Amino acid sequence: MKIEFTLNNEKCTMNVDASKRLLDLLRDDLGMSSVKEGCGEGECGACVVLVDGRAMNSCMLPAGSIIGKSVITLESFKHTDRYKAIERGFLKAGSVQCGFCTPGFIISTESLLNQNPNPTDEEIKEGLSGNLCRCTGYNMIIKGVRFAMEIGSGLW
Amino acid sequence: MNKPISTSVIRVDSRQKLRGEAQYISDWTFENLLFAKTIRSTVAKAQILSVEIPDIPEGYYIVDKHDVPGANRMRTVVSDHPLFAEDDVQYIGQPILLVVGPDREMVYSLAENIKIEYKEEPALFTLEEAEERSTVFTDYHYKKEDPEKAFETAHRIIEDTFSTGYQEHVYLEPQGVAAEFKDDTLFVYGSMQCPFYVKNALLEAMALPEDKIRVVQSVTGGAFGGKEEFPSLNGCHVAIAANKIKQPVMLIYDRDEDIICSTKRHPSKVRFKAALDKNDHLIALDIDVLLNAGAYNGLSPVVLQRAIFSATNVYNIRNLNVRGRNFMTNLVPSGAYRGFGAPQTLFGIEMLFHNIAVELGLDPLEYKMRHLLKQNDPTCTGGQVHEEVKMPEIIQKIIKSSDYYNKLKTNNKYNGIGISLFLHGCGFTGKGETMINGEIILVKDKDSVTLKVSSVEMGQGAETVLRKIVAETLALPIENVIYEKVDTGLIPDSGPTVASRTTMIVGGLLRDTALEMKKRWNESEHLELSKRYEHPKYLSWDDEHFHGDAYPVHSWGANVAEVEIDPVTYELTINKLYAVYDVGVPIDERALIGQMEGGIAQGIGWATIEVMESQNGKLTQKNLTDYKIPTSMDVPEMECDFVLNPYEFGPFGAKCAGELSFVGSPPAVAEAVANALGKPINHLPITPEGLMEIDHED
Repeated sequence: MKIEFTLNNEKCTMNVDASKRLLDLLRDDLGMSSVKEGCGEGECGACVVLVDGRAMNSCMLPAGSIIGKSVITLESFKHTDRYKAIERGFLKAGSVQCGFCTPGFIISTESLLNQNPNPTDEEIKEGLSGNLCRCTGYNMIIKGVRFAMEIGSGLW
Repeated sequence: MNKPISTSVIRVDSRQKLRGEAQYISDWTFENLLFAKTIRSTVAKAQILSVEIPDIPEGYYIVDKHDVPGANRMRTVVSDHPLFAEDDVQYIGQPILLVVGPDREMVYSLAENIKIEYKEEPALFTLEEAEERSTVFTDYHYKKEDPEKAFETAHRIIEDTFSTGYQEHVYLEPQGVAAEFKDDTLFVYGSMQCPFYVKNALLEAMALPEDKIRVVQSVTGGAFGGKEEFPSLNGCHVAIAANKIKQPVMLIYDRDEDIICSTKRHPSKVRFKAALDKNDHLIALDIDVLLNAGAYNGLSPVVLQRAIFSATNVYNIRNLNVRGRNFMTNLVPSGAYRGFGAPQTLFGIEMLFHNIAVELGLDPLEYKMRHLLKQNDPTCTGGQVHEEVKMPEIIQKIIKSSDYYNKLKTNNKYNGIGISLFLHGCGFTGKGETMINGEIILVKDKDSVTLKVSSVEMGQGAETVLRKIVAETLALPIENVIYEKVDTGLIPDSGPTVASRTTMIVGGLLRDTALEMKKRWNESEHLELSKRYEHPKYLSWDDEHFHGDAYPVHSWGANVAEVEIDPVTYELTINKLYAVYDVGVPIDERALIGQMEGGIAQGIGWATIEVMESQNGKLTQKNLTDYKIPTSMDVPEMECDFVLNPYEFGPFGAKCAGELSFVGSPPAVAEAVANALGKPINHLPITPEGLMEIDHED
C-alpha cells in the first residue's frame, strides 16, 4: 500500500506492505543505517527513532502505523543543536564504547529531555531503561546525559 | 592519577559512532549481494536420515557439506566441529546447510520449507549425567607439595561445592559476516575479535593458498569472548557460499538465532575439600572442577586451564591437588567469555573462605588476609609471584572508602555488605604468548606514524589506547598516529584480541618499537620497524606437568557490594559497588573506568538476573525478553579506584584489565547476600526463588 509520512523533515511516499517493520523500511528501503537491529522484539532499544517527537522501537512498528506521522532518525537529528549538546556530553563522560547501542541512546536522551528538561538521576535511569548497553554499565551514559543537560541548557 | 599517560583523551572512534555513521557489517553494501539463512538441527542428538529441499527458484541456492572445498571442520584449539553437519547432529542449533538468495524474505520462506528427517538417539545434558557416564573431553591434573600427607595430619577437614549457570554474551550487535571474491582472492568481512583465527580457519576449509585469503574486521559492536572463536564458523559458511555461487554473500543472525547457536560461558560445578591445621590455617585444598563444554571441544581445553590455574585465587595454599574436567553434553558448545573459566572457580574459592570463616566464627576478610599471597611466594602451579603484591593497600583503601566494617556491623537480614578479593593472570596461559609469537609493525612517514597490529577495536578502547601509547612515546599528537585497517592482507599477526593481552602485550611491543623509532627518528623520512614478542627470560613453564609460571604477571583487585533484599518478594537490589584495582598503571583513566564498570555490571548480571537453562537440550531462554541483562535501573552506582604498581614489561607500566573487571563482582554480591541472610550462597545466579528457598531452609 501507499504510505505517506515525513522522514527527517522531508515528505516521503513509499509503496510497501503495511505490515513491514518500520525498522526494515528505514534500513533496507531508505538507507537509514543509524537505526540498528539488536533484538527485533522491542527489548534493546537499538532501533529507537522519534515518532512525532517520542522515542519508539522501530522493530515493533508496522510501516502502516506511521502514515501522516513524522519520523526522525540520527541522519537528520545529528545536525541539530540539541544533538551537538548530547554529543559533547557523551564525549566528555566517555559514554561510547562499542557504539552499537549509541544511536538509540541518543534518540532516547532527546525524547527524555524533550519531555523533562531537568530529570533527576533516577528519572534519567528510568528514561533510558528501554535501551540496553552491554559495555559501559550505564553510569557513564547517565553522566553523559547530565553533561548534555548542562551544555545544552535552555535547548530543551 | 599522576601519570600523564593516565590522563584521558576523547576516544578516537566515538564521534563516528555517536553520529550513527560507524559501519557495522549489516550496514555494508555490495553489488549483487545475496543473503544467507542457516538451517539448524532441531533435535539434540540424531542421525540425519534425509534432507528434503523444496523447489528452489532460479538465483537461490543450497550450500552444505558437499560444497566445502577443504576440510569440513572449524579450525580452533580442537578442530572437532563440522562446518556443516555430516551424517549426524549433536546439539540443537547445529548448522546443517544454508539457503542463499537475493531476496531475504524469500530466503526465509524457503528455509521454513526445508524438511529434515532425523533418527533421534539418547542424549545427555547435565554435568551430573555427564559425570556419571564419564563423557570426558579433557581431564587435567596438577599437584603441589604433599596434599595426601596434609589431609592425613589435618586438624579439621571441610568440604563444599559450588555451581554456576550459563551466561550469554549479549554483545549488542549480533554475529554477522560477509564474503566475496575479488578476482581470485577471497575476502571475508565481519564482526570479530580474531581476524587471523578466521583466516586460519579459512585456509583449511577453502583449500586456498595463503595469499588468496583476506579477512577484514568491520566495526564490531561488542564481543566479550563471544566473537573469539565463533566467527571462524560463520566466516567459513559465507566463504563457502560465495565460492559456490560467485557472488557476495552476507549472513546476519537475528537475536534468537544468535542465542540458540553461539557459544556461552561454561556452566560449572566446583568441589572443594579443605584441610585446616590446629590454628585454623588452610594448609591443603583438593579441588575438582567440572565444566559443561557442550557438544564439541572448541576452546574448552584452554578455558579449563585458566579455570584450574585461577582456583586458588589470591591465596597461598601450601598443598594442592587440583583436577579439572570438561564434559561432553548434547548442548550448544560453550566457549570463550570474559574471564575464561576463572569466574567459576574464583566464585567458589571466595565463598569457600567465607563459609569456613563463618563456621569457625572468624571474620571472613581477616581470615582471607591471613592466607594472602606475597611477592616471591609460589603460585599454585609452583611458579613465582614476581610482582609486588599490593593487596594490603587495596584492601585498606576499599575498607575505608566503603566503610566496610561499620556497615558489616549493621548488617541485618535484608541488608548486607560483602567483599571479594581477586586476581587475573595477564595474557595467554602458559606458553600461549611464545607460541603465538605476536608481531607488530610501525611505519614512519614524515611526521606521522602508522601502527599495524591485529588487535581489534570492539568497544574496549583498543584503538585509542594503542595509538595513545605510540603518540605519547614519540611525543606526537594522537591524530598523527594512524591505526591501520584490520585486514590480514595489510597487517602482521600480533595475536588475537583476547585474554586481556592487548594493552600489555601488543601495547608493550608498540611501546618498545616506538622507543627505538624515537632514537632513530632523524635517520630518514621513512622508517619501518617491526618487533616480535619475547617472553621475559625469568619465566618458565612446563606444559606437560602444568608447572611454573602460568602467567607472566597478575592484576589484582577487591570489590565491595552493598545489597538489599525485599522481605516479601526476595528481589535483590545492589545499591552500591566499590572497586579498587592494581592494573599496573592505567592507560587513559576514563576509558579504563568505563571498561571496569562494564565488567562489574556483566558480573552482577551473571550473579543475579541472567538465568539461562536448558530442558532436554533446548534453551529455555532464547531472546532478550526471556534472558534479562541489567538495564540502567539494575546497575548500582559504582566507585572505581586504582593503586599504582608499574610492571616492568608493560607499556608505561600497564598490566591487564579487561577480564579483571568481571571476576570480582559476583563473589562480592554473593557474600553480601550471604551476610544478610546468614546462609551460605553456593550457587549463581542468585534468584528471588532461590533466595526464598535458602531462607526457609533449616
